[in-house]
Amino acid sequence: MNTIKQIIAVTLLNLRNLPQRIGSSTVAVVGVGAVVLVFAAVLSMATGLERTMLSAGSDDTAVIMRSGSTSELNSGLSNDQTLIIANAPGVLRDGDNPIISAELYVVTDVKKRSSQTDANVPFRGVQAGAFAVRKNVSISDGRMFEPGKNEIVVGRAAQSEFVGLDVGETIRFGQTEWTIVGTFDAGGSVSESELWTDVRVLQAAYRRGNSFQSVRVRLESPESIEVLRQTLEDDPRIDPDVLTEREYYSTQSEGLVKFIKLIGYPLTILMAIGAIFGALNSMYSSVSVRGKEIATLRALGFGPTAIMVSTVVESVFLALAGGILGGLLAFLVFNGFQVSTLNGPSFSQVVFDFAVTPELLIQGMQAALIIGVVGGFFPAIRAARLPVALALREL
Amino acid sequence: MKYFGLVWKNVWRKKIRTSLTLLSVFVAFLLFALLSAIGYAFKGGEDVADAERLIVIDKVSLINPLPQAYRNRIASTPGVHSVAHASWFGGFYQEPRNQFGQFPTNPYEYFSMYPELKMPQEQLDAWAKNRQGAVVGREIADQFNIKVGDRIPIQATIWTKSDGSRTWEFDIEGIFETDDPRGSTAFMLFQHDYFEEARAFAKGTVGWYVLRVEPGADPVEVSNAIDLQFANSPNETETSTEAAFAQSFAKQFGNIALIVTLILGAVFFTLLLVSGNTMSQSVRERISELAVLKTLGFSDRSVLGVVLSESILIMLMGGLLGLGVGWVLVQGAAQAMGAFLPGIYLSPQSILIAIAVMIGAGIVAGVFPALKAMRLSIIDALARA
Repeated sequence: MNTIKQIIAVTLLNLRNLPQRIGSSTVAVVGVGAVVLVFAAVLSMATGLERTMLSAGSDDTAVIMRSGSTSELNSGLSNDQTLIIANAPGVLRDGDNPIISAELYVVTDVKKRSSQTDANVPFRGVQAGAFAVRKNVSISDGRMFEPGKNEIVVGRAAQSEFVGLDVGETIRFGQTEWTIVGTFDAGGSVSESELWTDVRVLQAAYRRGNSFQSVRVRLESPESIEVLRQTLEDDPRIDPDVLTEREYYSTQSEGLVKFIKLIGYPLTILMAIGAIFGALNSMYSSVSVRGKEIATLRALGFGPTAIMVSTVVESVFLALAGGILGGLLAFLVFNGFQVSTLNGPSFSQVVFDFAVTPELLIQGMQAALIIGVVGGFFPAIRAARLPVALALREL
Repeated sequence: MKYFGLVWKNVWRKKIRTSLTLLSVFVAFLLFALLSAIGYAFKGGEDVADAERLIVIDKVSLINPLPQAYRNRIASTPGVHSVAHASWFGGFYQEPRNQFGQFPTNPYEYFSMYPELKMPQEQLDAWAKNRQGAVVGREIADQFNIKVGDRIPIQATIWTKSDGSRTWEFDIEGIFETDDPRGSTAFMLFQHDYFEEARAFAKGTVGWYVLRVEPGADPVEVSNAIDLQFANSPNETETSTEAAFAQSFAKQFGNIALIVTLILGAVFFTLLLVSGNTMSQSVRERISELAVLKTLGFSDRSVLGVVLSESILIMLMGGLLGLGVGWVLVQGAAQAMGAFLPGIYLSPQSILIAIAVMIGAGIVAGVFPALKAMRLSIIDALARA
């Protein structure tokens, strides 16, 4: 009981004295703050990308491509094959019509606003069913393209990321001129990075004959993918890969997410080690500055435990202050920041927002806590072992 | 220099503090080394580019193929010395994660276009004679343990063969290296003739052309002349120098690389701030010692020099160690990740920048305490003690 009272008393004394050690304390706070800031900023790229890619994926939509294709871009399906898929069991029907969209996925050069250089922007030819097979996709501005015309509707993210895609503008790709007639919203998913037009028009413009690259179908239920997969795999006329949309998008984002994490985590660990050295330094100097004070307290009868705990608490306090500062800064500066990058498998741009999520902030605070405890522990031992007589003589 | 002993003693005056400072400087420069090497990979080989090489791609997109018939028209454009072509194959070896570049091309044309690639002449001849022959770069050969004489299957993700199969088999006839330490050899080359004959679709096309301009010819004029020839055709072209092509491709990764660099700049700055603060603190604590030095007859300038050298010495010790360990790790990463992220390289410029930063940070951290030490009045300082 007595020890606890002592701990509280010494800790409060310590924290009230902090302003006197403002220099080294600030450095410790800034050091930990930087760790949490960088951790949250780098990893928020991975979470943002995952959110964008995975929010497009639904379990009751299936994507069918030629087997062995790593993405829609390098798949290929004939018109006959798309009809086989349309009539397969497991596909949800609206009356007599299956809810499907056979699509063509190409890449076209459009300038990025940020760099003013050409970027590979995904350009998708879709059928009328495109809006029914996807959830949350709707025209938010202008109107839908008219089938058979060189008209484009643009994803909201693509519109803000690339040049010349506002409604009413015309844009030239090679020999063909296109009019932007509308903007579509897809709940922040990867579809918003794309340009859409009528698949027949795109086939003609890219001289793809009557070929497609993927078919999306709405399933009767998530379980009916098994029936669909079995039927199509047994059919000698087609050699397909059947994935749920969620599976498809998670394979598409896997590489890039892994890459960011592969850099982000070791980076954070290295920086945290650096910050531990910084915290140790400032706590050692705090202990040495307070040498006389500690010795006086000991002479007055305060126990070594109280001195030790108070030093660790001071360090943890500084680290958590740094962590909050860094996390707050990361949230204010990076959350919602829009970027685009080249995603390997589809060889095209994906536009996404940084997402500083609560989980990331909690992980950041945990790192700060570890830095604080480790950074305070060794100086605390020294403080507790300070020879009282020697320290007092320095007075 | 004659005060080195004194500076050295001062550095180790407080062993724990100096060790901790050294370690945080070490970590800062280790990070610097790793990140600048990764950043280099994102530049996409811009520095390795040959100014006399031009790349011709489809104007609408790099993924659209160009007609094979363009070859002779490009070759006969004034100012063009020689032409080669290649295409993107996009297959993998054994399992999908083993993806690396494979390019169908013409053996002799390709190797004379890229003189920096080195391979024994007899291997080149053997490859040219074998329709199903292929050559791999040293990085690929080492990573997948491929040897000359092996027959390896590559699974195509795009190119189905006419018989419906997607397994392409190749006889490895050679292994090439590069004499440029910055260049990548993480790719495989095989014969376009085999590709053309066996693929199920897109016959009569190639992915892109590479050409070398005549010595003295203006690359810009040659580019314009080529693009003009194909203007208003179904396949308009876009010709650019290899460097401009690499640069614009690297920009596709876009702001990510830039953001990472900015964040790292912030980190680096903070770590230096942390160590700088400790150094000035340690000088402040020694005011009376410095006064004693002056009493013993050290000039103002020598005191300034002693204090400054101490702070620069700490930065250099920690920094060079960090840079050295970073360099070793980069070598390892370049080997382990060569196929995945080619071009990881710690450039001499980065090393020079790092050393300049060490000295600069040492001066910044030490200059204020050093000036204070220089201007110290002996009486005041001793009285304070």
